[in-house]
Order: sequence, then structure tokens, then C-alpha cells
Amino acid sequence: MIAFLTRRRGRHGDGRGWHWTDIATWVWLIAGLVVMFGPALWLVLSSFKTPAGLAEFPPTILPYAQETVAVGDQTRPLYRVTLEDGTVRELAELRRVGIVAQMVDPGAPEADPIAVNINDREPVRSISFATENYTEPFLHFDFFLFLRNSVFVTVMATIITLLTNSMAAFALSKYDFRGRNAVMLLIVATLMVPLSVILVPLYSVVAATGLLNSLWGVILPTVATPTGVFLLRQYMLTIPDELLEAARMDHASEWQIYWRIVLPLAAPALAVLAIFSVVWRWNDFLWPLVVLSRRELYTLQIGLNSYAGELNVQWHYILAMTVVAMIPVVLVFVFLQRFITAGIAGTGLK
Amino acid sequence: MRKLLATTAAMSALALGGAQAGDVRILWYSDGIEGEVMQDLLNRFMEENPDINVILDNVAYQVIMEQLPIQLAAGEGPDIARVTNIKEQAEHWLDLTPHLEDPEYWRDNFGAQLDWMRPDGTDIIPGFMTQLTLTGGFANATLFEQAGVEMPALDAHWSEWVEAARQVQESQQLEAAFSIDRSGHRITGPIISYGAELKSEDGRPAPLDEAAQAFITDLVGWTDDGAHMRDVWVSAAGTTYRAGADEFINANIAYYYSGSWQIANLAGKIGDTFDWIATGSPCGDAGCTGLPGGAALVGIRYTQNAEEVGKVMDFLGREDIVREFSERTLFLPAHRGVVEAGGLDFQTDDENAKAALESFVAASSSLMEQANAMPGWRYANAVYGGMVSRISQAMAGEMAVEDIFERIDSDIAEQVAAADSSN
Amino acid sequence: MTKARALTGVGAVLTAPLRLVARAIDPPMRIWQRLAGQNGMALLFLAPNMLIFGIFVLVPLFINFLYSTTGGTAFFLADRPDVGLAHYQRLLDCRDYTAPRSCRDDMFWIAVWNTARFVFFQVGLMTLAALVTALILNRAIPGKGFWRAVFFFPVLLSPVVVGLIWQWILQRQGLANLMMVEVGLSPINWLTDRFWAFAAAVGVSVWAHMGFYTLILLAGLQAIPRDLYEAAEMDGTAPFRVFRRITLPLLMPNLLVVVVLALIRAVQIFDEAYVLTGGGPGTSTMFMTQYIYEIGFANLLRNPGLAAAASILMAGVLVVLTLIQLWLARRSAGAGAGGGRRP
Repeated sequence: MIAFLTRRRGRHGDGRGWHWTDIATWVWLIAGLVVMFGPALWLVLSSFKTPAGLAEFPPTILPYAQETVAVGDQTRPLYRVTLEDGTVRELAELRRVGIVAQMVDPGAPEADPIAVNINDREPVRSISFATENYTEPFLHFDFFLFLRNSVFVTVMATIITLLTNSMAAFALSKYDFRGRNAVMLLIVATLMVPLSVILVPLYSVVAATGLLNSLWGVILPTVATPTGVFLLRQYMLTIPDELLEAARMDHASEWQIYWRIVLPLAAPALAVLAIFSVVWRWNDFLWPLVVLSRRELYTLQIGLNSYAGELNVQWHYILAMTVVAMIPVVLVFVFLQRFITAGIAGTGLK
Repeated sequence: MRKLLATTAAMSALALGGAQAGDVRILWYSDGIEGEVMQDLLNRFMEENPDINVILDNVAYQVIMEQLPIQLAAGEGPDIARVTNIKEQAEHWLDLTPHLEDPEYWRDNFGAQLDWMRPDGTDIIPGFMTQLTLTGGFANATLFEQAGVEMPALDAHWSEWVEAARQVQESQQLEAAFSIDRSGHRITGPIISYGAELKSEDGRPAPLDEAAQAFITDLVGWTDDGAHMRDVWVSAAGTTYRAGADEFINANIAYYYSGSWQIANLAGKIGDTFDWIATGSPCGDAGCTGLPGGAALVGIRYTQNAEEVGKVMDFLGREDIVREFSERTLFLPAHRGVVEAGGLDFQTDDENAKAALESFVAASSSLMEQANAMPGWRYANAVYGGMVSRISQAMAGEMAVEDIFERIDSDIAEQVAAADSSN
Repeated sequence: MTKARALTGVGAVLTAPLRLVARAIDPPMRIWQRLAGQNGMALLFLAPNMLIFGIFVLVPLFINFLYSTTGGTAFFLADRPDVGLAHYQRLLDCRDYTAPRSCRDDMFWIAVWNTARFVFFQVGLMTLAALVTALILNRAIPGKGFWRAVFFFPVLLSPVVVGLIWQWILQRQGLANLMMVEVGLSPINWLTDRFWAFAAAVGVSVWAHMGFYTLILLAGLQAIPRDLYEAAEMDGTAPFRVFRRITLPLLMPNLLVVVVLALIRAVQIFDEAYVLTGGGPGTSTMFMTQYIYEIGFANLLRNPGLAAAASILMAGVLVVLTLIQLWLARRSAGAGAGGGRRP
């Protein structure tokens, strides 16, 4: 077991000692953990901050809130005050006028208030999670409706993407027909057209096909991804033609070759494309924005962006909903990434 | 699979059943809680009018800016929309006159802003302003007090305000003395106060005159010597909007020139950290004006349910509804009756915010005529955009300030030419 | 096959209905194959993808071209007056193409040169980082799934959120400067200094997209037959030599995918940089897509024709670049490149 956990290249290639590549590996991994994961983790922590906490410079790592204390029948903010004689006490603030605060010891609220210059006090703060960032949107926001729309779009688009792209990639990598290079060129050439640039023409086309305000209008235009075809084709090129020939000898139909041989062998690339597709469709914003203008059809990304106004953006809600919207894709990734290891090496078919 | 099919069926049913007769769809965006307040008011409307179903589509502002224009151009869109670019798209708005119970009431109370939203040369009633905005300054009173600097009088010149803020900056070791939002709209008030005429006689933008150049030169100068917060303007290119509000909230600056819409934001985020006041707009040689603006709720010409749209608008334009909406959202009302009656009970515990709101309500009646005309001028956005992108190049040191004026003029001219060629 | 099956457990259940459909489709497919031959089958495989592709990509592209020859602010072609090549003339009106200031539309050329610089650094750095990461993740390390997730995680974030987090980290009083002061360094104006803002745009974009490309390379590495390595090890080949002689050549198809996709992505850089630096300071991180977006959309007095012309020019340059890349790859891989490797 220990041998498994610490399996390294080792000085002699047998797992004993430390080869320099082992050290480099771990340095890279730890640095990656900090640089890649750190900011993302901080995002999650920030989603628990109040609007005031988010606007604070310099930002804190954890969400904090000022502690309060009951004085009489009112709650008052608590401060750590350096008094004139140099002693430090925790006092509650009754009121502040200009730069002078009237403060009182919460233990002895009847005593005369002490006048304190506001530069001599510091708020007493403790970690506090603003869970209302999460609960509020659930009340005013059709979260589950948006979730359902998002799931529908993502699942459908991914299935269709995998099917159509892999079929096209199969044709482009394993058949020699006239115009093959022209099709390839066309696909590569259109890879680079940014969606934001052809938005208006696209709108005309979607309107003409009657897909406006329909989830299929979001799904269909995105499924013929040139990226997917390109990715799968490059991968399928590495599948030996002998395998196909052997199957043809056994009277397998072309469809069976595609379905029973090429698809399983392309599993790693398909898994990669599936992950991409899920992430893309789940996070799609601009395109659904153009096609959908009714709330009951909104996907999560569109829904959570309704907190972005003209002059003010309610970041605390957007961050919280971003975190919630992230959970399903993380799960999909964790599930799908294992298929990447199921490559040719694992099939025993090489 | 079966589940998926069932979902599909449900979806298509939804898609088909969307536009029933009697439905009124409102495309709405929110800067704060106004979406919730509006939904609340609409629920009340639907109780009074059970045969009309009003659906509030609360969307990102980006939808209003980018998607709605395409829909309108295609002759589609919602029944009612909350929009900010009201003049340029005026041809798409519905004339509510035949559908309103009492058009005279509308002309009386919303008349001052109707020109902002109707095509030039018509007298239709397209809707009303859900909120009036007014640019103006905010000062951190606590910082001024700590520095022992007297706050300039209400009719003080821009240079006096900058000078006073600079003293606070030096005494309190602030990052900068003041900040103006990165927006052409925000600097146009000061430019007009300096005495600039932005419009030429044919109604098109005039080349920047001496007064406009003077303010821009001042502003770039203040940036270079560290009084004006460099980050807000320099940290973007093109026409991107950047607000300096966070700098003010964190007490990095003593003075902040923005507008009335910031009040709720400031109140929520500053809390009790310091006292702040609204100062109105500092003066130039020609006057002391802010720039008005705001968002309008308008009917869309392509609606199938104009009758119902009229009813909804009649309800939302009612004096008591406008008053309630303003009080709950902390917006400045655009309803003459509400403004004249006064005594709005803005629903906030924050004394600073209450005082600031009242000061803005008062300031809204003393604007310069040129400033009041800006929202109704279809080239205003071209002028705003042209100024911002070049001024920040000058601030970043990419161009000398003398050199940007020629580029601003030619940028604006290109835009105007493009706009004119389609008419 | 058994190992893969066991691994796919849940996946097998999920795809069961699809497999049923596939089996049902086989008979009609056989008939078509008999009628149309192998080429006919190829076309059949291509058809669904190309149909969707044609309708939703090619047609809009063509309309976009028509756009670039028309003027005005109207959205629909019918309302737009023909202006011929005026937009192209405006964009290409320059005394010296390397000095944007001498051009009629200086912003366009500033954006072009910024984008070129960005693409060069971003693609280079990212490909390198993704390759190193993929090689490391392909080693026998404990907790593979976890480490993959770590490096992939940023890909899940929307570009706007990516820009926002990094803005908070890099702003004047952000987390980065806080830490630098903590360890005794002087703070840096990450976002308002020309050099650092550009570096930040490159770095953040590498951060956000690296996971994608790592995954593609990882899939490629997994497909390299293990026995090749075993043979090399038995011969006592040095690790670096193994990498150069076995890994790199066999990874070529995937590396090509990575470079092509990365290049295309980099040219389209928009959201995260737009949120992070907004194109500033001045115009030093203003890229092509931001230029196009501002001209075509952001302003109410928009000029969609000019934006379309700029996008066509941009796409034209990209096609040429990609073709050169593919041609170079084919040449360097020699005659056998088209057929892939045969172990």
C-alpha cells in the first residue's frame, strides 16, 4: 500500500530514492495547488461576504462581520479602543458624531459614555458567513426552473455533439473521398469566428428557422462544434487502420465499425470532448441571451446575470449563484475524467 | 430517456404556450431591489385586474443594451421595457395616448421628460421615467473634519473643490483627492458648467470648444499631479464604464463625483464608517449643473395587447404608486405631482442617505438648460463615448492632451456619419 | 475491453438506450452502404454535422460578409445602404502599418498589434505549461483524480468571474500587493502599469484555459502504448531522450490540436481581459474582439458594418496562420503523418 502511495520514478527507476523528476513533480503540483486552486477557493469564501465586505480594500481572505453586543434593548457594534491612558478595552459604540464616538462598556451600560476619537478604535470582527447570499436568491429566483433548463440544454447538446462530431470525425479521418480536404479546411477556417462578432446574422438565421424562444434554439446551433470535429479527427487518426480492415474482413458494416470499434477506441478523446461540451454549454451566456427572452426558458447563467444592472452589480448574489452553478459541472468532471485513462493502453487492443 | 422526452414535451408546451392573449411581458433590469418592488406592485395590479397576467422578465442590463435593440429592429420584443437609451430607439415605442384613461394626467406629471423618449417632432406618450438620475458630488465629511479643512460652499468652483480635497488628501495621506466615474455622461455636467456648447446649430455635435477643452485639460492635469484618482480612468480602454464608488467607500478619496443612483449603494456599504454628504455639482464659469438622466418604462409598438399595456402603465403611473416605488427603491421620482407634494418618506435608516436624497431632489429643479437637453439629444452617446476613450489615453500618457481633441472630434464625426447614413 | 467496461459501469447504464438505437439503425445503414458504397457512407457520416454547421455557421458568416459592405446603424441587411469596400478602406488607411498613430482608424491597429503580441506570449506559455502539467499528471502520483481537478478547476469558471477574482487579487490594494508588502517587497501597479497589465492579461488567460489543453495532452499521453516505454527502459535510454524520441513524436497530433485551438482562443481573447484590465492602461491591453465589440455593440451609435469588416480581416489572417501551422506540422511529421502512428 505504501509502495503504491509513494510510487515514484526513483533513482533507479524502481521506486527507491528520489530522482530529480520526482522533486520537480511535487514542486509543480504544490505550486499548482496554490496558484490554480487558491483563487478559486477564495472565490467560494468570498461568496459568503456581505456587499460591504466585498467592496473592502484590501480584501480579507475569510468573510468577516463586526461583532455586536446588546446594550439595554439595542444591539450595538463592538470596538477595541485604545484609551488615552494607553489601556485597550472592548467598548460598544452608542453613536458617532463626526470624528468622535460615544462609547460605553457593555458590562456597565449605566456608566457615563466615553468620548473616543474614531482613529483610536478598531472594530472587533469575527468570521461570519453571509448565508443570505445563498438563501435570498432561492426565494426570489426560479432556481430550480433555471436549473432544469440548464440541465436539459447541457445534456441534449452534449449527446448530439458527441454523436454528430464523432461521425464527422470518423468520415474525415478514415475515408478517402473527394472534397475531404475542402471540408477540413472549412472546419478549421470557421473555428476562429468569435460568436460575439456574428451575433446579428446568427439571430436572423435562428429567427428564420423558427427557433427563437425555444431551448432547441440554444442547443442546435452549438452542437456542430468545429473544435470537437477537429479534436476527434486528430485522435482518430491514431487508431490503426488494420483494426478496421480486420473488421471488414469479418463482414462488419461501416456503421458497426464506427459504433463498435472506433467509438470505444476514441473514448479518451470523447471523454475530453464531453467534459468540454458540458462546461461550454453549462456556461454559455451570450448565445442563450440572444435566443431566449422569456424567464421560464432561462438557463442558470442568464438567470444569475439578472443581478448585473446598469450602474450597480450585486456581486454577492452573482458569486453565490456561480458557486452553486459550479457544483454540477465539478461532479461531471470528476465522473468523466476517469474515462480519459481508459485509452488504447487500457483496452488491451493495441 | 423517457424522462428526457417528457421534459422535452414540457419544454415545447411552455414555449408554445408563452404568448397568450391578455399576457403583458415587461423586460426589466435591476441595479438593486427595484425588481422585487416592481414585482410586488404588479402582484397588486393583478389582484385588481385578474384578467391581465403580467410577467416581469428580470434580466441582465446587457440584455437591454444588446439583445433588445436586435429584437426591436426585427419588429419583435416584449410589451413593455425598462430602457436607458430612450431617445435613439424612440421609433419603436408605442403611443400610449389612445390607451390611457387620462392622457392629460400623463402630460401634466411626466411632461418634462416626454421629449427624452419620443421621436423628434411628435407628441406621443411612450411611457414614463421609473427613476430620474442626476449627477452630483459626494464628500466624505468625516475626512474633511479630521483634516480640519472647511468644506467649500455650494457655489464653489471645481478648482476650489479639488483644492480643498487635495488638502484633505495631504493631511490624511489619502491615495487621491477625488474621483469622477469613468463615463462621458459624468464629465458632461462639468463641461457644460464650464460653458461648453456641445451642439452645433444643425443639431449635430460641434467640435469641442475652448470651454470643453479647458475642463478636459484641467482633469488630465489633476490626474497627472495625483489629485484625481488615476486608477479609475486608466484601468480601462474604449468606452467601458468604471465607477469610483469603491474608492469612496473605502475612504481612499475625500470627494467623489457620481450621481444620485449611488445613494443606496453608498448607504449599504459605508454604513457607520464615516459621514458623507451630497454636495450637488460644483460650478464652472457658466453655472453649476449636473446632468439628468434615468431609466424609462416604455410600451413597445409591436405589442399585441396595447389595451392591457395601457392599463398596466396607468396603474404604474398613478401618483401613489410612483410615490411608493420611489420611497422603497430610494429613486428620485420623475412625477411632477409627487415632487411638488414633497415629503417623500424614503425607506432607509441611514441619515446620510436621507439627507443626500433630499439634496438631489432639490438640485433636480436647478439645472442648466443645456444639461436638461442632453438626454433628448440623439447624438449624446456618440459625444460621451468619443470623449472617454481619448481622455483616458491622455491620462495614461499615450497621447498629449492637446493631441486628443482632434481625435475626439474625428471619432465623433465618424460615428455621426455612420448613424446618419441609415436615415 | 473488460477493464474499460468495469470502469465505465455507470456510463454503460447511461448509454444503454443509445446502444439500442445504434443497433436498430444498423439494418438501414447496411442497405445504404450496399447502395452508395464506402464513399456514400462517408457522406452519410458527415451529413448531420455539416447540415447544422452550414445553417448555423456558414450562412451567418456569409451574411456577415454582406454586412461588411453595407453602412449605417440598422441591424437588418434590407435596411442597410451599400457602401462597397469603404469600411475596408477605412481600416486599411495607414501611412505605416506598424505605427497605429499614423492610421485613420488608430484603435484598430493598436488592437491588431496588441493581439499579435498577446497571442505570441499566451500560446507559447500556455502550451508549455499544459505540456509540463500533462506529463506530470501522467506519472504515477497518488490522488490522480484530485490533481487533475485542481488544474482543471479554473476552466469551470465563467470568464467574467475569472476576470473579477483576479481583479480583486491584482488591484492596487488587492491580495497580491498585500502579500508582497507582507514579505517586504514594494507593491506593484499590476493593472495600471503598461508592462504588468499586459503580463497580467497573459497570465490570467493561461491560468483560466490551461486545464483544457492539459486534458487534451493527457488523453494523448494515455494513448501512447506502454510497451514502447518499457522497451526504452530496458535499453536504459535516458529520460530526456525517451521524451524526445517517443513521447514528443507520438504526442504530435495532440500538440497540433492544442496549438491550433489555443491560437484561435487567444485571438478571440475578450471577456476575462475585458473585466480584468478593460483594455487599459490607456490602450495597452485592448484586443481585437474588444475593438469589434465596442464598434459593433457597446455604443448605441454603433457601426456593425465596420465591426463586420474588422472581423472578416481578422478571420482572414487566422485562416492563413492556421494553414501555415497545419502545413508545417504535416511537413515535419513526414509522409506518414496523415495515417497516424502504427505501433
